[in-house]
Amino acid sequence: MKLVIERRDTSSALLHFSAPMVSIVVALLFAGGLILAAGINPLDAYREILYEAVGSTYGLSETLVKATPLIFAGLGVSLAFRMQIWNIGAEGQIYMGAMGATWVALFSGLENHWLLMITMFCAAFICGGLWAGVAGVLRARWRVNEVIVTLMMNYIAILFVNYLIYGPWRDPQGFNFPLTAQFSEAARFANFFDTRLHSGFFLALFCALLLYLLMERTVWGYQIKVIGSNPQAARYAGMRTGVAIFAVLFLSGAIAGVAGLSEVAGLQYRLQHGISSGYGYTAIIIAWLARRSALGVIIVSLLMGILLVGGDSLQMLWQLPIAFVYAFQGLILFFLLGSDFFIQYRVKLIKGAQGG
Amino acid sequence: MKKTMVMALVILLCGFAGQVLAQDKQIKAGFVYVGPVGDAGWTYAHDLGRLEMEKLPFVEPSTYIESVPEGAESARVINGLVRRGHNLILTTSFGYMDATIDVAKRNKDVIFMHCSGYKTAENVGTYFGRMYEPRYLSGIIAGKMTTKNIIGYVAAFPIPEVIRGINAFTLGVRSVNPEAQVRVVWTQTWFDPGVERDAADSLLDVGADVLAMHQDAPATLQAAEARGAYVIGYNSDMRHFAPNAFLTAPVWNWGALYTQLAEAVHNGTWKSEQIWWGVKDGLVGLADIHAKVPDDVKALVQERTAAIVAGTLHPFTGPLKDRDGNQVLGAGETMSDGEMLSMNFFVEGVQGTLSK
Repeated sequence: MKLVIERRDTSSALLHFSAPMVSIVVALLFAGGLILAAGINPLDAYREILYEAVGSTYGLSETLVKATPLIFAGLGVSLAFRMQIWNIGAEGQIYMGAMGATWVALFSGLENHWLLMITMFCAAFICGGLWAGVAGVLRARWRVNEVIVTLMMNYIAILFVNYLIYGPWRDPQGFNFPLTAQFSEAARFANFFDTRLHSGFFLALFCALLLYLLMERTVWGYQIKVIGSNPQAARYAGMRTGVAIFAVLFLSGAIAGVAGLSEVAGLQYRLQHGISSGYGYTAIIIAWLARRSALGVIIVSLLMGILLVGGDSLQMLWQLPIAFVYAFQGLILFFLLGSDFFIQYRVKLIKGAQGG
Repeated sequence: MKKTMVMALVILLCGFAGQVLAQDKQIKAGFVYVGPVGDAGWTYAHDLGRLEMEKLPFVEPSTYIESVPEGAESARVINGLVRRGHNLILTTSFGYMDATIDVAKRNKDVIFMHCSGYKTAENVGTYFGRMYEPRYLSGIIAGKMTTKNIIGYVAAFPIPEVIRGINAFTLGVRSVNPEAQVRVVWTQTWFDPGVERDAADSLLDVGADVLAMHQDAPATLQAAEARGAYVIGYNSDMRHFAPNAFLTAPVWNWGALYTQLAEAVHNGTWKSEQIWWGVKDGLVGLADIHAKVPDDVKALVQERTAAIVAGTLHPFTGPLKDRDGNQVLGAGETMSDGEMLSMNFFVEGVQGTLSK
């Protein structure tokens, strides 16, 4: 008897839909065991998690707030994935976008709200885009691996922002703490329903729509897919792959950069530590789970928001340690990612087969 | 007539009773922690204080949320505590400042205390301790115990709190050993045992024979223990991590403050203020000095502790020069609280980087 793992030639739509569902159920069962071991009824816990995240206007608004940067960054990363380009640098691009927006908000001298909004958007877009574009140029011209470049540039971006908030951009009235001054009212996003929900969320949905149209309804979107699946054929067909690589990485980074704008103009109102708590890395998981579709990114980001916001209730109600919350969230992700394997491969038991 | 008199009396009495009830407030406290309770350092020290506060008869079982990221993320957690009926909320890290103020604005009936910041509101006070006093005292011991005159200092972020500690420590060192140098390595993290350990090892590599630190984990102590150096802890009495290397540690005793705070809220005497307590108030102090420190050194530390308590000794007293030789304080001048709270220079004898 032998266990064989082989690639599926085709995977049915049913499988695509059911595998993640089954994996969520299995994950909830496993996590339930963990919760039970802590002496808590898993059903109570799940009800509380859901209630915390979507059970009230407040909870729902917080889930959307949490999902906002994830949608932006997830869209950016998944765009590059379409072309088989691995943008691991969304975290750094978020920081650069936040930096660009902050520069406009604090030092451009603009006072008109809409002028500020548009300029801040452009600054975040360009800063995030150029940051990722560096990896694009290196990849297109010298075939330098973009995984390494984008990843390493995260550290540069974060340290550069650190330099700014500890040095030249430090708030003169801030007792030498590493913060910039706060943005004026004109440089802030609008809030809705007396919650922290801000325009950034709707901007993210709009971005998703534009990206969908770009990828599915334009020639350029088609070219991206062709270059991604078969670069030789694309070159043979006369497509300019080098330009496309740069353009895709630029756009990917630019959208991640807008996540930075959304965080500083919608929530923090200044540049400081922890602009992104790992959203750029979570975005990689999101892009993977969403299978590169824009709608998928929105759905997975919302689920992630529920998981993160709902996780608070485990600590608040039962004083479970944070490690428990991490373990719970990790389990769910583990099984979700695991389901991907079963969609692409099948496991067969072959009787009596001898090696070779 | 008589009836109205009685009615009036009843209303008066009711009003009075209501007032008495309002004053005898039951306290349900919520704590927001920046690290895990098990960090053995900063958060652990706060949690000891929380438990001490809970012993008071009018304090209900309290709640804590650990490892809450600084910045916008924390607003959700603080709000969650408010929504679950907590009426006294303590946010124990600088990065929660904006979030605390923001949530407090929407919840006027809840009292907030923010640790280490500078923003207050009608229902938000701040609290912190004059840790520079025990830092100075521990510097005396380090200055006496070093033979190579190189003392290493593992420090988290170049913010005023940490810089103040390094300077006070160095002034303590140089008050007994003007030849000694204090070398600073920044880790850019409050809690990351691996990074802290590397920083400590790098200081030992350049010949430091006494280490001090401003971190939340005990990794520096373990490094000193492994390499046979001396070490000065921080936050809590960490001697069991380094039984041979441990000399002493500047420690927090948050219970002293938290019990008084609960008392004040209970009695209705709480008002928004900026609390900055020192050795005299029992909020900060030195852990028991290890037996291997010579008696005359212990006596000297005792003498200076008494002088600090009596108000005759202030670590930041002129003549005081910064590292570049500029005069900061003239002879006999002492530094104001405002200057100390925004400190951004190194005194003579410190080797390390600081952005201007």
